[in-house]
Amino acid sequence: MATIEVDGRTYEVQDGSNLLAECLSLGLDLPYFCWHPAMGSVGACRQCAVIQYKDAEDTRGRLVMACITPVADNLRISLNADVARQFRADNIELLMINHPHDCPVCEEGGECHLQDMTLMTGHTSRRYRGRKRTHRNQYLGPFVNHEMNRCIACYRCVRFYNDYAGGADLEVLGIHNNVYFGRHEDGTLESEFSGNLVEVCPTGVFTDKPFSDRYTRKWDLQTAPSVCVHCSLGCNTTPGERYGELRRIVNRYHGDVNGYFLCDRGRFGYGFVNSDLRGRFPRIERQPVAVAGTAIEHFRTQIRSAKGIIGIGSPRASLEANFTLRELVGETNFFLGLDETEHDLLESILGILANGGIHTPTLRETEQADAVLILGEDVTHSAPRLALSLRQSVRNATFDLARQLKIPRWLDAAVRQLEGQVQSPLFIASVHATRLHDSAAETFHGSPEAIARLGFAIAHSLNPESPLPSGLDEAEEALAALIAGRLREAKRPLIVSGTSCASLAVVQAAYNIARALPAQNKGLLYALPEANSLGLTMIGGRRLKDAFARVQDGSADTMVILENDLYRRAPAPQIDAFLDAARHVAVIDHLENPTTAKAGLLLPAATFAESEGTLVNNEGRAQCYFPVYPAQEPILAGWEWLIRVMDNPRWHHFRDLTSACAAAIPALAGIERFPAEEHLPKIPRQPHRYSGRTAMHADVSVIEPPPPQDCETPFAFSMEGDTVHVPPALLPVVWAPGWNSNQAINKFQDEVAGPLRSGNPGIRLIQASGMLPWFDRIPPAFVPERGFWRIVRLPNIFAGEELSAHSAPVAERFPDACVFVNPEDAETLAVSNGDSVEIRYELELSSLRIPVRIDSTMPAGLLGITAGLPPFRHLPNGARVALIKAGPEAPAKTGENQ
Amino acid sequence: MLSQLRSLWEVLKHTFVKADTVEYPEQKPALSPRYRGRIVLTRDPDGEERCVACNLCAVVCPVDCIALQKTEDENGRWYPEFFRINFSRCIMCGFCEEACPTCAIQLTPDFEMCEYDRQNMVYEKEHLLIDGTGKYHDYNFYRVAGMAIGGKAKGQAENEAPPVDLKTLLP
Ligand code: SF4
Ligand code: SF4
Ligand code: SF4
Ligand code: SF4
Ligand code: FES
Repeated sequence: MATIEVDGRTYEVQDGSNLLAECLSLGLDLPYFCWHPAMGSVGACRQCAVIQYKDAEDTRGRLVMACITPVADNLRISLNADVARQFRADNIELLMINHPHDCPVCEEGGECHLQDMTLMTGHTSRRYRGRKRTHRNQYLGPFVNHEMNRCIACYRCVRFYNDYAGGADLEVLGIHNNVYFGRHEDGTLESEFSGNLVEVCPTGVFTDKPFSDRYTRKWDLQTAPSVCVHCSLGCNTTPGERYGELRRIVNRYHGDVNGYFLCDRGRFGYGFVNSDLRGRFPRIERQPVAVAGTAIEHFRTQIRSAKGIIGIGSPRASLEANFTLRELVGETNFFLGLDETEHDLLESILGILANGGIHTPTLRETEQADAVLILGEDVTHSAPRLALSLRQSVRNATFDLARQLKIPRWLDAAVRQLEGQVQSPLFIASVHATRLHDSAAETFHGSPEAIARLGFAIAHSLNPESPLPSGLDEAEEALAALIAGRLREAKRPLIVSGTSCASLAVVQAAYNIARALPAQNKGLLYALPEANSLGLTMIGGRRLKDAFARVQDGSADTMVILENDLYRRAPAPQIDAFLDAARHVAVIDHLENPTTAKAGLLLPAATFAESEGTLVNNEGRAQCYFPVYPAQEPILAGWEWLIRVMDNPRWHHFRDLTSACAAAIPALAGIERFPAEEHLPKIPRQPHRYSGRTAMHADVSVIEPPPPQDCETPFAFSMEGDTVHVPPALLPVVWAPGWNSNQAINKFQDEVAGPLRSGNPGIRLIQASGMLPWFDRIPPAFVPERGFWRIVRLPNIFAGEELSAHSAPVAERFPDACVFVNPEDAETLAVSNGDSVEIRYELELSSLRIPVRIDSTMPAGLLGITAGLPPFRHLPNGARVALIKAGPEAPAKTGENQ
Repeated sequence: MLSQLRSLWEVLKHTFVKADTVEYPEQKPALSPRYRGRIVLTRDPDGEERCVACNLCAVVCPVDCIALQKTEDENGRWYPEFFRINFSRCIMCGFCEEACPTCAIQLTPDFEMCEYDRQNMVYEKEHLLIDGTGKYHDYNFYRVAGMAIGGKAKGQAENEAPPVDLKTLLP
């Protein structure tokens, strides 16, 4: 702690930090541009000037930039001294000289950091009458708009895109006063984190393109705290709605999880909510019905007349919805709705998390790891935000070196100078090259078996009690020893694995390594397939194949399928047979899909944006999302459909349901403590400047409808209520006087970039305890079979997730449909890049023509396909296929055999 | 006493003065152009819609009676997809006109807006948009703003230099 004096008042501040961060932590208003809480200081914009005095006698002082001035005990500064104020005002005036007269047509307007800072310094009218410099814009792809005239050259964009996120295609071009921030030519920004530019850029140069198409000012968006539903990490988001349509998603700060950044799937994947595929009405035997009541009556009759009923839950539905279904059908009739392998993997992972005794780090903690091994995951595609965190972890060695050299860690440019000298090790064992390879110390490519075997070898090398795979070659042994050596030295080693390889051995090898590590502060993290995969596994239920058996043997004839497209879980013929055999199939879901097409009764479910629910992320953190806007009758939340169909429901409200769920399932007992209890007065979802209330519905009727009531959550669908006594974790809108941009978050944190005041959202349900025996099921090495290939499904950030794939801008970023083969295999097949091959897959009796991409990192005998792309939907992981070079006379019909 | 008599005298005197009130509706009062009555949306001197859908009028409106939605033409020009004023709520305060950065929204001296059916007080863009420039004849926002639109490329707005050539090394 240090004591500093600011404008005559003394404060206690963090030693070793910089003045700007500390002033902001103290709640003082000091304008800045180039500093970013996650990226540190470079002192480029000269906006944060303050006066520093030598001692109590010094009355003149000197101008310093607060962001590059370390805090020291007895430091005396002034923010309000005339010289400092004048300097800041002049600086803004200079920055604004070329600024276009754009605010009314700028997407940033109303949440623009530049607007805020300009007002804060008091520069309100332009004196400069000369000519303004102009720039041409670039096309940057479906996610981000470019309007270069608005740039103030703070360099935040390239610092984020290149330095922080490892991108390579955003550059600073031009010279002196003409610097330009863009690509070397028009084209899609390649980084999977490009959407963060929208929030990182303090001006309207980079703006959200899909949002601009359906633009609304920030003050007109109705919002509620939410959680991303597109992968297992559970990043916190703020979705915004206007006129009954979800308009955008921005980051919601969570000190332990996503911090300041989201991935592009999470930011732009919401399009499915507005999609034409949404079911808006219940359907009985293909006939739409207008009111929910009719459908519910029908549902009741079906259930009453059922010989046996089964319920199939879903890893993308909330705990509450799954729990209600389990209560409706009874515990023995509740099935998890996962494919066989996934079921095994998730159960095994839950066992490891709960009883393995190894801490599962938060994303924030993963950034602090000083040695990382990724075993069998391409995290950029399977848990995207984690890739960004792991990229930061390799910098820890640099930070240590900087500390020795007495360079503060926030002095970004100086610390980055050291980057070439040392690096914390990142080891990646994956099927083929991943996006993190540029940061990796060593990489290994192989089949899932090979990855698992390498993992077991590392574990053995760390602790000889862990079993050793037989028949490793020398290179593998050497690599295992090398990795083990570096992991052993580390103080905070981290093992990352997951379900992408669909291999139990990989998951178990990761545990063996983690257990064998000597360090106290070790971590083990698994990336899971879907947003609530872990939650569903914690509720627990039976296997999908048992459900098939129940229908086959006639002991069940009625089924309720909750938010689950079964055709993604098992081969189509099997699901066809299953659904056809049942007398009644009731499906509750948001989007039309092959399963809903077979439903005798379809009940349209509200999405995350229109309903409430709890999800458990991959670290075991239960987090709540709240409805942003009311679901339009007859659309209801999944849990509500299920409650309404019960004869004598024991619960009527979401809160009661959460409590019941906590009481019934010991593993979930923690969610009882959710702050979802009554908050009176309610918390308004609409900002205090929300406009158009008396006109927005006036085209329908001039008589204003009362605002919809929300009896389930602490929020109100209106502007009225309390925003002052609300814990920041529950605040829908981040806003403070003078701070209209997202950077107002400074005002709601304990300290800059620290936890939210009164705590980060969510409750960790799993505390590491116990220890498991060494896993010893080591798979034999994979040997390619002549003439046959084995399918490996490679996850993809854009195509790989069911819901986000229905968002138009995300669909634009789908990779080309092609198969990845090893160069030697290509030679055997006599194909070169771009040639087509025919895939023959016995079980389906179908063949598929598809172009080849030769990938030198692809292991021989494996055929890589991008999971989620339409042509590959029916090719399961591990399928054995034959390949033939396709003749040039390509028949027009390619692969779209949906 | 004296003051009372004087007051009586003053009042009496007015009997012979011409009345200020007019016999409305037979006689129409002369209203100044800045009178705050029925609101219109105007066009710029080139005849294009002035409103750029910035939402400033809507947010400043104390009774929240303006609602609109931004859209874009094929050349990137912003304009409202719909623009609605609920005149049954409007208090003719004129804040919207003051807030409007493009001189699009203007109050006019027409105050005769009576309807038997309140629903008819809801005006959509087709009811609001007039053909002329209203009170402010010259201003054309897009000539000043830096955004490129159809017919005006980068560097062609007022006081703009031609776009920077990034390839040049000249100072
Ligand atoms: S970047 Fe900010 S200041 Fe510049 S035009 Fe946009 S809203 Fe206005
Ligand atoms: S584009 Fe934005 S972030 Fe990049 S330098 Fe310009 S103002 Fe800063
Ligand atoms: S990393 Fe996962 S949870 Fe986070 S934003 Fe991306 S898809 Fe959503
Ligand atoms: S303030 Fe003017 S330009 Fe902006 S929306 Fe209103 S009428 Fe249109
Ligand atoms: S914030 Fe300090 S110089 Fe930019």
